Amino acid sequence: MDELEKMLLLQVADLHRVPDGAYNIRKNGEGDGRRSTDRIRIEDRKDGHAGIDIFIAPNTKNESVHIPVVITKTDYRERVYNDFYVGENADVLIIAGCGIHNCGVETSEHTGVHTFHIGRGAKVRYVEKHYGSGDGNGENIMNPATVIYQEEDSRFEMESTQIKGIDSTDRETTATLKKGAELVVREKIYTHGRQFARTNFTVDLNGENSGADVVSRSVAADDSRQTFGSRINGNTACHGHTECDAIIMDRACVTAVPELTANSVDAELIHEAAIGKIAGEQIIKLMTLGLTEQEAEEQIIKGFLS
Amino acid sequence: MLELQNICFDVEENGAIKHILSDVCLTINDRFVALTGPNGSGKSTLAKIIAGILTPTGGKLIFNGEDITALSVTERAKRGISFAFQQPVRFKGITVKDLISLAAGKHITVGEACGFLSEVGLCARDYIDREVNASLSGGELKRIEIATVLARGTELSVFDEPEAGIDLWSFQNLISVFEKMYQKTQGSIVIISHQERILNIADKIVVLTAGKIEREGTREEILPSLLGTGVCRALTDKL
Repeated sequence: MDELEKMLLLQVADLHRVPDGAYNIRKNGEGDGRRSTDRIRIEDRKDGHAGIDIFIAPNTKNESVHIPVVITKTDYRERVYNDFYVGENADVLIIAGCGIHNCGVETSEHTGVHTFHIGRGAKVRYVEKHYGSGDGNGENIMNPATVIYQEEDSRFEMESTQIKGIDSTDRETTATLKKGAELVVREKIYTHGRQFARTNFTVDLNGENSGADVVSRSVAADDSRQTFGSRINGNTACHGHTECDAIIMDRACVTAVPELTANSVDAELIHEAAIGKIAGEQIIKLMTLGLTEQEAEEQIIKGFLS
Repeated sequence: MLELQNICFDVEENGAIKHILSDVCLTINDRFVALTGPNGSGKSTLAKIIAGILTPTGGKLIFNGEDITALSVTERAKRGISFAFQQPVRFKGITVKDLISLAAGKHITVGEACGFLSEVGLCARDYIDREVNASLSGGELKRIEIATVLARGTELSVFDEPEAGIDLWSFQNLISVFEKMYQKTQGSIVIISHQERILNIADKIVVLTAGKIEREGTREEILPSLLGTGVCRALTDKL
């Protein structure tokens, strides 16, 4: 790997070197290293699509899987399908992420479809980062789709972060939960320039005592646009909470569309949405500590998205 | 250190000019200066003018010989003026340690942050990683606000009603915070307060009424005349 590719890997997967445990690195559409372990098996797909299948054995504990994607070509588009089969009572960390460096004038685009089958009682922490850079005028586009099927008493925590350099993103996440399953989503998005981000969550709480907590924090600066949609369907005794908290700056535009449907009298559903500029008193407080107005804004945004 | 020369602050209200501060002249050189007076007398406005949050409509501020009237909040902070808000500001995502680090102007260790928090009576371990957000009570925020000013350790510190919202942690501790602070900075501490026990430590008391300095002098000169006038309430009245 060259320095540029290493930088992208660092950005999306915090990787300074080959990771411990299972991993699969995809670079410009080709495999650039893979390791399976005794309990985590990574295989090419057999249905003709690009991508991999990841099988995590039941009761696997304290192991991790890294599956970063790096694109450094301009005028390159790919659609990749990765399926995860997480065995019962496993407890694992999955780190995905895509970094694009596009220094040409054409578009680079990555569409990753991740499907998770979470076994009964399993716990997964899924960390996904998207990052773009480049000195050309080519657009960086990422359209991740995440499909989650949760068996009874499973827990899925998703941390999704897009901080820089993605010109256009359309993110679709759907989850279906059985009895006692828990879903926690923490999404962070920062857009600037003329970027566009659409993010949409649909959660079906089908099992008794299942629960979802979907929280998005975002900052839209310059002329960027964001649309946040979050739909939670409570189909039985369950609890759901969705929250969109956005800071808007300059000439940006943010739309938040929470949607709750209770199909049971025992469904407890809450939504919160707040969009506003940085409070003037926050900036003044930090200025009284010696920060300039611009430094104060940067600190507030950094904290908000941390 | 700080000289206020003929400070005026006017606002327009329903087409008429309202004088919030009129010709306020004051020299601040003493260790503890208490600024007191009835509600609406202009105390907070004056404090904000010192910090640079409000710009006076007339007059000048001279800090260590320099005219700072046109300087921004940031520039004044860098020259050594700190301000503790009456109603502390909340921040989503910024932790107590972040805020104290920003106040100190450098990266500080957990131990250093704990030192400042302990001084204001907070068990540091419980607070260091908490966000300065709505999950903190008014009293907790107030103490953290005071800790940020302690961390700055500047020549001039202005506290706008520091005791408001502070519970039975007690005035005595608050007073010892000010005393320790003075030992460290050897500067001036201006405290806006109605409370007798705070006025009791003041070297100088300034009484502001309807935007004008009604009286100023040493504690011995001013305090006896304030007691029983309603300007200064005993602690027990508040509790």
